[in-house]
Amino acid sequence: MSNGMINGNGKRSYKLMIVDDSNLMRRRIERSQQFEELELVGTAADGVQALELFKRTDPDVVTMDITMPHMDGIECIARLVELKPAIRILVVSALADKATAVEAMERGANGFLNKPFTDRQLNEAIAELIR
Amino acid sequence: MLYEQELKTFVEGTTNFFEVAAQQPASIGSPYLMEGSPSVHEYTGVIKISGKREGVVYFTAPKAMLTVLLMKMQENDFSHETMRDLVGEVANTISGNARRDFGRDFVISVPSVLSGEKPEIPQKPGQRSFIIPINWRSHSAKLVVSLT
Repeated sequence: MSNGMINGNGKRSYKLMIVDDSNLMRRRIERSQQFEELELVGTAADGVQALELFKRTDPDVVTMDITMPHMDGIECIARLVELKPAIRILVVSALADKATAVEAMERGANGFLNKPFTDRQLNEAIAELIR
Repeated sequence: MLYEQELKTFVEGTTNFFEVAAQQPASIGSPYLMEGSPSVHEYTGVIKISGKREGVVYFTAPKAMLTVLLMKMQENDFSHETMRDLVGEVANTISGNARRDFGRDFVISVPSVLSGEKPEIPQKPGQRSFIIPINWRSHSAKLVVSLT
């Protein structure tokens, strides 16, 4: 895990990027995550936008959808991990087959959460990611 | 052609969506078969299916239902764009979840969304559809599955 940074209160904080082609889902994740140490640095609607945002904001933690236009989550995961091996990526996807989860992990994702999810499930998955 | 066990996958996916995302179960009516496309509501989220199976899966719902669904999801944006987003996300979620049983070769598209009167569903002429009626908090919607 990337070290994040120490904020003004002396606590470690991590930069969060949310990637999903649904604005509703991006808002949901932003609203539902309960970690003070996560600072949202931006959201992206596809893999291409995510890579551009990554270059500007250098996130430590990413939530990543899979089915997106222009560049899907699997390819985006691979590119992000190549750029920043310590990045932590939680896949948040409706694709419920094991093969997709395995592929995402093999490409460098650190966790997988299926949609639909409860707030509790989301936060448990994020907790695993940043522990 | 959709087999009974496969139909069950979509029924369970729909049930699960409402239980988890809407935090209130929906009542699913008896699925039925029809030639061509059924009538749709004000908003329709369409997923094209390719790979081992081909066809479409779509979720069609009235604005009133989507508004309440958004409220249950703690949303306060009830714009046209958000309605389109939601109906696409519902279709995407149910279709993506179906891969648990159909497997990875059940390839789903990004959602396309149709709204307004008499939208044209991208469906092959003569293709039969399974209609899954959905009743939620006095509102009615449909999940339509049309696959070869």
